[in-house]
Amino acid sequence: MDKKVITLTVNGESHRLEVEARTHLADVLRDELALTGTHIGCEHGVCGACTIRVDGAITRACLLLAVQAEGAMIETIEGLSETGEIRDLQDAFRNRNALQCGYCTPAMLITAQDLLLHNPTPDRATIRDHISGNYCRCTGYQAIVDAVDTVAKARQAAGERP
Amino acid sequence: MTDPLSPLDRPNSYIGRTVPRPNLERLVEGRGTYVSDMTLPRMGHVVFVRSPYAHARILEIDTSVAKQAAGVIAVVTGAELVEQCSPWVGVLSHLKGLKSAPQHAMAVDRVCWQGEAVCAVVANSRAQAEDAAEQVQVRYEELEPVTDMRTALEPHIPVIHPELGDNLAFERSLDAGEVDKAFAEADAVAEAEFVFGRHTGVTLEARAVLADWNPGERRLTVYQGTQAPHMMQNIFAKHLALEEAQVRVVCKDVGGSFGIKVHVYADEMATAALSKRLKRPVKFVADRIESFVTDIHARDHVCKGRIAVKQDGTITAFAIDDLTGIGPYSMYPRTSAIEANQVVNLVGGPYQARNYRARARVVFQNKNVMCQYRAVGHPIACSVTEGLVDLAARAIGMDPLVIRSKNLIRDDAYPTDSPSGLKFEALSHHASLAKLKQMMDYDGLRAEQKRLRQQGIYRGIGIASFIEVTNPSAAFYGVGGARISSQDGVSVRMDATGAIIVQTSLTEQGQGSEALTAQVVASALGVALEKVRVILGDTDNTPYGGGTWASRGAGIGGEAAWQAGKALRMNILKVAGTILQTVPELLDIDQGVVVDKATGRERIGLDEVARITYFRPDTLPADFQAELLATRHYVPRQYPFAFTNGIQASWLEVDTETGFVTLLNHWCVEDCGTIINPQLVDEQIRGGVVQGLGAALFEHCRYDERGQLTNGTMADYLVPMASEMPDIEVGHVVSPTLESELGAKGAGEAGTAGAAAAVANAVNDALDPFDVTITEIPLTPSVILKALGQRSG
Repeated sequence: MDKKVITLTVNGESHRLEVEARTHLADVLRDELALTGTHIGCEHGVCGACTIRVDGAITRACLLLAVQAEGAMIETIEGLSETGEIRDLQDAFRNRNALQCGYCTPAMLITAQDLLLHNPTPDRATIRDHISGNYCRCTGYQAIVDAVDTVAKARQAAGERP
Repeated sequence: MTDPLSPLDRPNSYIGRTVPRPNLERLVEGRGTYVSDMTLPRMGHVVFVRSPYAHARILEIDTSVAKQAAGVIAVVTGAELVEQCSPWVGVLSHLKGLKSAPQHAMAVDRVCWQGEAVCAVVANSRAQAEDAAEQVQVRYEELEPVTDMRTALEPHIPVIHPELGDNLAFERSLDAGEVDKAFAEADAVAEAEFVFGRHTGVTLEARAVLADWNPGERRLTVYQGTQAPHMMQNIFAKHLALEEAQVRVVCKDVGGSFGIKVHVYADEMATAALSKRLKRPVKFVADRIESFVTDIHARDHVCKGRIAVKQDGTITAFAIDDLTGIGPYSMYPRTSAIEANQVVNLVGGPYQARNYRARARVVFQNKNVMCQYRAVGHPIACSVTEGLVDLAARAIGMDPLVIRSKNLIRDDAYPTDSPSGLKFEALSHHASLAKLKQMMDYDGLRAEQKRLRQQGIYRGIGIASFIEVTNPSAAFYGVGGARISSQDGVSVRMDATGAIIVQTSLTEQGQGSEALTAQVVASALGVALEKVRVILGDTDNTPYGGGTWASRGAGIGGEAAWQAGKALRMNILKVAGTILQTVPELLDIDQGVVVDKATGRERIGLDEVARITYFRPDTLPADFQAELLATRHYVPRQYPFAFTNGIQASWLEVDTETGFVTLLNHWCVEDCGTIINPQLVDEQIRGGVVQGLGAALFEHCRYDERGQLTNGTMADYLVPMASEMPDIEVGHVVSPTLESELGAKGAGEAGTAGAAAAVANAVNDALDPFDVTITEIPLTPSVILKALGQRSG
């Protein structure tokens, strides 16, 4: 099968890759770059487990062909952990046991961060609504909502401090 | 702990404390190792060609084109793989009369359900394997499928396995007390047929296995997302003609299990057999459609129930007739008769009534296999029992909470048993009910319900009491001849710096096995939690044991950890006593330091004890040998199961125009005995409740009359998402089992056991003004509208 050469910036590192046109971005991240924190759950855009950030917007990596991401700036859980951008969310998830098996967690964290960047003061219903594209079979969601709520309030309090 | 003499009341105890799980940090950073993440040198990827028919004869498989495709390592048919893997039969001797047919790793001459594998393609990449799989040509002769369990036993219906004589896999009957007399003398009798849809576990990480046969070592290493590594070690050895010592099963991070990953799957056996055949690693990761057509399904029961009640509210008898369809084979090795058997055991279980008649029949059909999924049988038994209790209450005009408080087994009645022979050590139905009533403000909700009804808003309250099987002894599987261990082993050792390493036969799929083991060992020893590292999920590197299933981790593996920790503490104190020239009985360990038991005075640090033990044993007496490793095993013996109990309530609104149900609140009070980590228990309950809510409202594997699954994608099979779920309030009553020192019972399945029953009762309560009773789940809008429509004619 014909391969195409693409250039991606992933977590700040530039990569030149040869990919088949049919290969989706989640497979490239996992198989070519060994970024296995991006998980695959359904490969048709329903479960949300492969959620990453592409040019700042949360995106399902299974619904984007790698060739469509040519030139894009991609951020995965590995990068967001490294920069510390979601450290508070990760701590809150850990302290609240907002993950059990952990398979949905990287995507759930990225989705939660997306909410807080766009709406720093969400109520519980808004949090539930925003994470409704991310399937979690373990927790029943309440602990996740609690953790996101805690971080929203903590960030707000920190922002209000002189 | 209120008793000052409790063995759990140790210095710096972690029992009963919420502490974060030690394994979460890597998971929140995306640094877990799930099987789907793993690669090995020379690894091949296997893709299976699967039957498009529910029932068909395989006439011919032409693999010639596929074998020439790019990147293909091998193409192997079911008939060819028989050489590497022997078939199995999923029966247990204690389930009398249970029969099934031999099942192969891949179908040999006949396929019995849509999705059964017939041919394997191994290639250098998954994509290449999928490309080549499309080139495999299979000719089938379609056979008449048996799909409707209600007619599966009728004489004109084909017998799926002719050598078995009929489609009846298992039947059990029970008759206790004087059932006919009770019904004859009842003031009211209520009856209904309860229908439970097929649903499945939908673990977010699909089933995954990576098998690595190394001919140089003559050993098979299987990396598998499994709940029971030692069971799988035995199974791989048995069917691949190996000694158990030649097989190592490693279980790293697992993306959800819930009972889905405790069974022997034909395609996973095929993967291991292919590795042996090809002498290189082979990896299989199911895709989502494969998950829907091959992960075990559950439930799919039709249960007729009757209840006899006196005008004063006394329930005098239950009678049920349950029918379930299990697919074409009984699953191996736990069998597909357990769920129906549990239904017979559990119906009426919370109540005092002694008259009970039950029949359960388990039939074969050409649909995907069925087996044990979270709360096995409990949701059926609870929904039937609690549905009948509500019908009885309605028949005599009594409040649902009042009829329950009149009939639940009294809290001072223990030990006692059930008409089906279950032994109860200590349950707390009445304390739980009282707590629930207060938590939910029952009277306030009733007033609100009445007020809103006048505005045309239909809200309902549903109550469901339940009992739950936890801490299973050998009575579950071992007595039936299965090599499934009911005991667990834990080794605890102190290293040369005073740090603690624990190896346990429990496994971790997110429940918190690692955390609870660390908490128990840290408490038993008297060290900080951070000093304890837990190793699990590796048959080469842990003691032998059952793993994590049937709500057994805390109660069985936790007690083994407690005993091992205590034994190591004594061993450490013997060393310390020798060094300090005192007796170990006068010493204890607190925060990693050996102290005088009486005064708490610090004597010697564990790091120093370790240094002397490992590097200066010459300074110890010649006749003294330090042992800084202790291993203990535990299995319950007095009680076959440690029963727990609880009660749930649902508060919801039904839109009578659209049939939509909005869950407003949900409560669960449960009694799992000693609570090791309150947060983990609460989150197990919540997660379990939501799985039950999914079954109640959304989840359904819909088959057509040809045995085709019509909704095998996550877009079509609905699961609970965050916006549809309510907050869930969890309360506890604590009745420890006295059989173990820890006193812990299981909590993993309580939520799932009663959630659907509470919702169904609440929907019927909401629709009470319409005189509608619905006894079918999932309660989809169409089911509700149909019921409302039938009423209005």
